[in-house]
Amino acid sequence: MASTSTEYDDDIDFSDIEAKYAVNYDDSLENTVVVDGLPIIDNTKLDRLLTKVAKEFSKRGASIKGEDIYLPWDEKTGKSKGYAFVEFRSGEDAATAIATMHNHAFDSKHTFKLNRFVDIEHFSNLDETYIEPPSEKFTDKEHLRAWLGDAQGRDQFVTYRGEDVEVWWHGKPSQCELAIKPDWKDFLYVAWSPLGTYISTLHRQGVRLWGGASFKDQQRFAHPLVKLIDFSPCENYIVTWSNEPIIVPEGAIQGPQYFSPEDEGSNMAVWDIKSGHLLRTFSTVQDGEQTRKSQMPWPAVKWSPDDKFVARVTPGQMISVYELPAMGLYDKKSIKIEGVVDFEWCPQGDNDKEDVDKEAAAIANGGKVTKKPRENMMAYWTPEVANQPARVTLMAFPSRTILRQKNLFNVTECKLYWQNQGDFLCVKVDRHTKTKKSVYCNLEIFRVREKDYPVEVVELKDTVTEFSWEPKGDRFAIVSTNDPNLGNPGPGITIKTDVSFYQLDKTKNDFKLLKTLPSRTSNAIRWSPRGRHVVLATVGSSSKSELDFWDLDFLSEERREGQDWGTGVQLLGTADHYGVTDVEWDPSGRYLATSASAWTHTLENGYAIWDFKGTELVKHIQDRFKQFIWRPRPRSLLTKAAQKQIRKNLKEFSRVFDEEDARESVTVNAELVALRKRLVDEWNAWRTRCIKDMVESRGLKGKAHSNGDANTAKEEIEVWIEEEIETTTEEVVE
Amino acid sequence: MKPILLQGHERSLTQIKFNTDGDLLFSCSKDNIINVWYSHNGERLGTYEGHNGTVWTLDVDSESRFMVSGAADNTLMLWDVQSGKCLYVWEFPTAVKRVAFNQADNQIVCITEQRMGFQCAIRVFDIDRSGDGTNQSKEPRYMFNPIGSKATVCDFTYTPDVIFTGHESGKVALFNVKTGEEIANNERAHGDTVNDLQMSKDYTYCITSSKDKSARIHDTKSLMIIKTFTTETPLNSAALDPKRPYVLLGGGQDAMSVTTTSLRQGKFETRFWHKIFEEEVGRVKGHFGPINTIAVHPAGTGYASGGEDGFVRMHHFDESYFKTDLYGTGNIIIED
Repeated sequence: MASTSTEYDDDIDFSDIEAKYAVNYDDSLENTVVVDGLPIIDNTKLDRLLTKVAKEFSKRGASIKGEDIYLPWDEKTGKSKGYAFVEFRSGEDAATAIATMHNHAFDSKHTFKLNRFVDIEHFSNLDETYIEPPSEKFTDKEHLRAWLGDAQGRDQFVTYRGEDVEVWWHGKPSQCELAIKPDWKDFLYVAWSPLGTYISTLHRQGVRLWGGASFKDQQRFAHPLVKLIDFSPCENYIVTWSNEPIIVPEGAIQGPQYFSPEDEGSNMAVWDIKSGHLLRTFSTVQDGEQTRKSQMPWPAVKWSPDDKFVARVTPGQMISVYELPAMGLYDKKSIKIEGVVDFEWCPQGDNDKEDVDKEAAAIANGGKVTKKPRENMMAYWTPEVANQPARVTLMAFPSRTILRQKNLFNVTECKLYWQNQGDFLCVKVDRHTKTKKSVYCNLEIFRVREKDYPVEVVELKDTVTEFSWEPKGDRFAIVSTNDPNLGNPGPGITIKTDVSFYQLDKTKNDFKLLKTLPSRTSNAIRWSPRGRHVVLATVGSSSKSELDFWDLDFLSEERREGQDWGTGVQLLGTADHYGVTDVEWDPSGRYLATSASAWTHTLENGYAIWDFKGTELVKHIQDRFKQFIWRPRPRSLLTKAAQKQIRKNLKEFSRVFDEEDARESVTVNAELVALRKRLVDEWNAWRTRCIKDMVESRGLKGKAHSNGDANTAKEEIEVWIEEEIETTTEEVVE
Repeated sequence: MKPILLQGHERSLTQIKFNTDGDLLFSCSKDNIINVWYSHNGERLGTYEGHNGTVWTLDVDSESRFMVSGAADNTLMLWDVQSGKCLYVWEFPTAVKRVAFNQADNQIVCITEQRMGFQCAIRVFDIDRSGDGTNQSKEPRYMFNPIGSKATVCDFTYTPDVIFTGHESGKVALFNVKTGEEIANNERAHGDTVNDLQMSKDYTYCITSSKDKSARIHDTKSLMIIKTFTTETPLNSAALDPKRPYVLLGGGQDAMSVTTTSLRQGKFETRFWHKIFEEEVGRVKGHFGPINTIAVHPAGTGYASGGEDGFVRMHHFDESYFKTDLYGTGNIIIED
């Protein structure tokens, strides 16, 4: 029995088990290092040399023993060959030894040269003949602005819900459809670039940019644990920030697109979008715990509107301006300003941009520059220090000429608001009385396009919580409050606010109150990107969520002249979106989107789209809804004249679209009517069948309780009603 | 359409029902009483006291002479509608969950709960309409135990001796009460407990509502699903409008989780859906808790809803309700 069983065992093939449990000997030569530059010695000095070398290595942190060293011997001369093989415990130990001991001076004549054994082997076996790399075939890339070519002129928006990102087309109800649902995974949030060319996602490893009609991968920036990003206004550069300082691990990939050891410890990086190259890194961590506690302002660096400069402020000391694309400090020195708190670049208006384009074209053609474009400008403010008053300064850059300065007194805080065309600058000055007990607000408005930069002051008694310029306009809106609860938020407390509109009175050349809307709860002003329409919203409140749609030019241009000041302000509609957290106009100013994000609360998350007069078009309540962003549009390529022409002939152009609309509504209606007709027909057919069945079955059973019962009951009711009517009429007659 | 608020119950409503004429509205509740109201002004006509436990269900005959009610005190009672007297009491081992008269008013069907080792039972009693109604037989005419998932709702169909049932598993079925045999079933009619069943005027079709957030119209002969109405909240009740092509659905999340959710989120609204196009056409707000039961006036002039909040809201439709032609189907005749 036993013998048979052993025989049987012999037949079994154990090779798979042996392979599985085989001890894996580390027979690679990763841990072996060749040390060159040893002194050539004879037999007598061998032991001394080995101990000395071992000691040298151990001193620098790479501990080895004498027996780890193998010294090749030249038998003919009886001397050593001047190099040695050193075996370390692991590949990592070998790497540290190479890092520390390479080029180490052993004595005055001998310097160690360390190389990995595998490297030597690899390089000695290298093929020396040059093979030309095959040239890559040119593949057409998708147009990055493909979405602007949409035949129906629709806008896009992106939604981020749960783990899913969706890009949608938005136009007329029949034209709204899903554009694409990319399979992007594991990221914090999405963001469009300012001109809508790219969409970015923030991953653990860094930032990725996507673009083109099918949202293909365009660029990636390896900034681990990135939390915030900021694009430059012309989309040439991107700034990334992480709360963790950069660590460049040993053996990390090096190149212009990656962090190098010099960048260690920084946590903000500036990149070139087109090449993907890293331009410069900064550290935003200022020494001292105090700055870390207060929230870091973002964007931490501010771009000039033409992408030529980027500046950052070191509070209390200076503004440092860097020139692009080299990212070197402009003029090699920062602008030293004692006490500077904050600054803002002046935005470029449409006219300025045209001037810049003309100048560029003129230079390219070798022609003469007819009109020099306006120089970049920045505004900054300094607080009161000792005997010096607080001061707001307007400075041109790069010339660094001070254009205008205004002294201010009893200042607690200043906020700088540029109108988006760079025509006006409003400095919102929070002032206190001499006793510092009460706070009130002044608006210092600089008219930047006029000679000598005249400043006008609007004095207010209340605290201004929100300020907003009308885009491309000469009006602004403020939210002011004198609610004692301001500043101590609590559950269920909604701050009572007043909203006021101001407009530049062209005859007197000063800003005048148009209208005040008292006792409201609105805390957010959203101007339509085209101006004129404005939405006042109550956001972030658990009990109120109103949206008010206002038109500031309700009366037409001509009639306004004769009317009283401010009568053109008209409420178009009110709406309510429970739990609204974000309110955003689409780039065309036709639609408004409101969303309730799961990042703020978890009640009725989702989004809604309204037209400019407050009619709800779309509403989706979706669990775990996070983000809704319209895709921004770049500046129109049409010249001013062409735009004017279109406006003039609008009726003719719109006829085409009207016809299209009419045609569409007819077909849609026809389809719908047909569908409903079919449904009703099916229903009726089924009912006829049912009734026939019923009559038949009752006829068969013979003891039917006729269907008439219900009918008679119904009749009875009618009679009863009629009777009552009759009696009343009789009474009237009597 | 300003509703009349009927405040007569101290606890949540379980079922409400109009009589055939529509002038009376009966309501039963967890506070052990049954109320009857004038539907046109909401005045309370009277109360039927006698049950000693939650009154789960009631039904009125077509002459408004007798009313039956089933309760958690394991009794089924027959009442004289006019005098409010209890005429007869049947006792069972477990609670009565559902009762219904047949079209001829000479039979009632009731479902008793599956509990304490007793199986869910369906019984049919003959109602003796001669005399003062106190002379009823104690023993049921037919009795059987449906196999499988327990029955939650039932009603007679136009075929004699055949009843339509809805079950806890979401199944609907047809039973022959004489034999207890299951004639037909649809195991997947609903995904969760069927909790209401209302017949059309001629008993050829019915609407069921379920915890699975949907309501469905079934053919009572073939059990075919004719229409489905899917909402975003569990439904407790569904009713058919006899005049207009609408169905009324009511619900809200479980009574259990009501205290932890806001009124906005509760979705305690009566929803009007188009019966044929399966589209929502409107909502009526008002209740502070889930709607437990809905009944439509037999003439289609109004409806009432009873909620977990203990209120019955009686609505009379505005003129516009009958005139609006939402879908421009005015010229298409929809057979009732």
